[in-house]
Amino acid sequence: MTKTNLAGIGVFLLVVFVAVPMMIAVSGRWDFYYTLTSVALLSIGSAGVWLTFYIGRINIGQGAYALMGGYVSAVLMTKVGVSFWLTLPLAGLFCAVISVAIGLPILRLRGVYFAMITLVLTEVTRLTALALPVTNGAKGITSIPLPGALTVFGVPLIPDFATIENPKLAFYLLAVTLMVLTYAALWRIVNSRLGHLCRSLQQNEELASSIGVNTAHLRLLAYAISSFFGGIAGAVFVAISQSIYPSSFVVTDSVNFMLYCFVGGLGFVMGPMLGTFLLYFGWDLLSVAREYQLLIYSAAMIALMLVLPNGVLSLFDRREGPK
Amino acid sequence: MMPILQIKNLTKRYGGLTANNDISFDVAEGEILSVIGPNGAGKSTLFKQIASFVSVTSGEVLFRGKTISNLAPHVVARMGVVRTFQETTIFKSMTVRENIIVAHHLRSKASLLGFFLGSKLARADEAAFGKSADDIVDFLGLEAIRNELASNLPQGHLRALGMAIGLATGPTVLLLDEPFAGMNHDETMKMVASVRRLRDERGVTVMLVEHDMPAVMKISDRIVVINFGEKIAEGTPAEIQANPRVIEAYLGSEDAAIGM
Repeated sequence: MTKTNLAGIGVFLLVVFVAVPMMIAVSGRWDFYYTLTSVALLSIGSAGVWLTFYIGRINIGQGAYALMGGYVSAVLMTKVGVSFWLTLPLAGLFCAVISVAIGLPILRLRGVYFAMITLVLTEVTRLTALALPVTNGAKGITSIPLPGALTVFGVPLIPDFATIENPKLAFYLLAVTLMVLTYAALWRIVNSRLGHLCRSLQQNEELASSIGVNTAHLRLLAYAISSFFGGIAGAVFVAISQSIYPSSFVVTDSVNFMLYCFVGGLGFVMGPMLGTFLLYFGWDLLSVAREYQLLIYSAAMIALMLVLPNGVLSLFDRREGPK
Repeated sequence: MMPILQIKNLTKRYGGLTANNDISFDVAEGEILSVIGPNGAGKSTLFKQIASFVSVTSGEVLFRGKTISNLAPHVVARMGVVRTFQETTIFKSMTVRENIIVAHHLRSKASLLGFFLGSKLARADEAAFGKSADDIVDFLGLEAIRNELASNLPQGHLRALGMAIGLATGPTVLLLDEPFAGMNHDETMKMVASVRRLRDERGVTVMLVEHDMPAVMKISDRIVVINFGEKIAEGTPAEIQANPRVIEAYLGSEDAAIGM
């Protein structure tokens, strides 16, 4: 890692953990907390989608795992009484396990065939949530308690969110922390042997297997990590809204996760984060255009794809390979 | 001594079409054996069957006495039988060195988690791969293009890179699919020398499919000739050149009849 990289990371951490809360406190725009928390959580989901792109698969099904993760957390908290902090990793793991079962047959498919099946996944998950007794059908699960205190070996790490003066800030910090951890992990994956193997898979699966790569396992691994991220994002969303319904994550959300990756740049680890920020924030800002919101947004998307097919980050860096 | 590869009654049918029919021959350890034959004779299918990229309809391939037929390609590669590709199959958006380093996969001692966490073992692996990749670059004379992006390479260098990738896996048997295709005379002669050194210095058994007859005659210890999916001859280059069935297969019986 170069010095410029380290400096960049330092500035980034300073901005998200210190500057943003300060600016919101000064300006009094508390509503930005909700927007930025959403951006942070959605970018965790898009980090996963980005990783499936990295093995050469178009994943339009991340909404399914966000929904699953949300339900796992909600059910465990309300029906079993498990602490939110424990449901968080469990939601991720549940999604990872399910994704292995789903990925086993479908990851053999390539290109548009894989994409189409993942597109259906979100709808299947929604319908499953509607049908299962444990998810309480269309009424969903409501009145989910806020995250309680987290103590490890008697050391209080995180206070009970219900007693916190400013839960918005607390959720923002939680989301941003998870986002930073996710992208640190993603960066490590891409720059370690695992990432090199993923690239080999993306560029030529036959050659990858000829050099001894178990391509089926590697695809499953990448997809499981991707779905883990999706589940985590979903679980935190549920904790914030304190409710979940079958329509909490729909096909549009899955498509958006994919678009965030495209806009940011598929060749850049930070691509999905930037893409999520730009699109989510951009959509919010465009609400002043009222009925033209979608028109302007779509036109901007098309223009972006035409002018910057490799994502916004390709503006700043013309090197080849992973960044 | 037991042959390193035994091809036994290998047959491949695609529906009603027979690509290979009852082909049998042995490959001795440390030899360079070429498989030749007119276009569409079934050479490539044979190669793919040996490397388990294609299943066998009947018959089997034995590597050191153990069957390797109908296994997954990565399993066969792990056992030491590695193929290169006829097409210019490389990792396009990696540099030459990155291509070779990633191909060291089979030699890694650390787990993927170890690599993720940057364990001691993983760092040792990385260092070893880098050094080995540089050795291979030197061995094949690719120094000038070491950090060149693979997609920018000309044909001849792509073939060499394909061989470098195969070599990086540490193969016992290397299957080279048309390694001299698209090369000029000088490049071919350089490649012939490299393949020989591969065998002489690294003890790799080499099997190749090739159309370039002068190169085949120069490089091979033995040659197997295939026509219409059947083996029609096997022997030293001199024997093959004098074999009437081979001449007939290559020139066609009608041409032979009119005295060509």
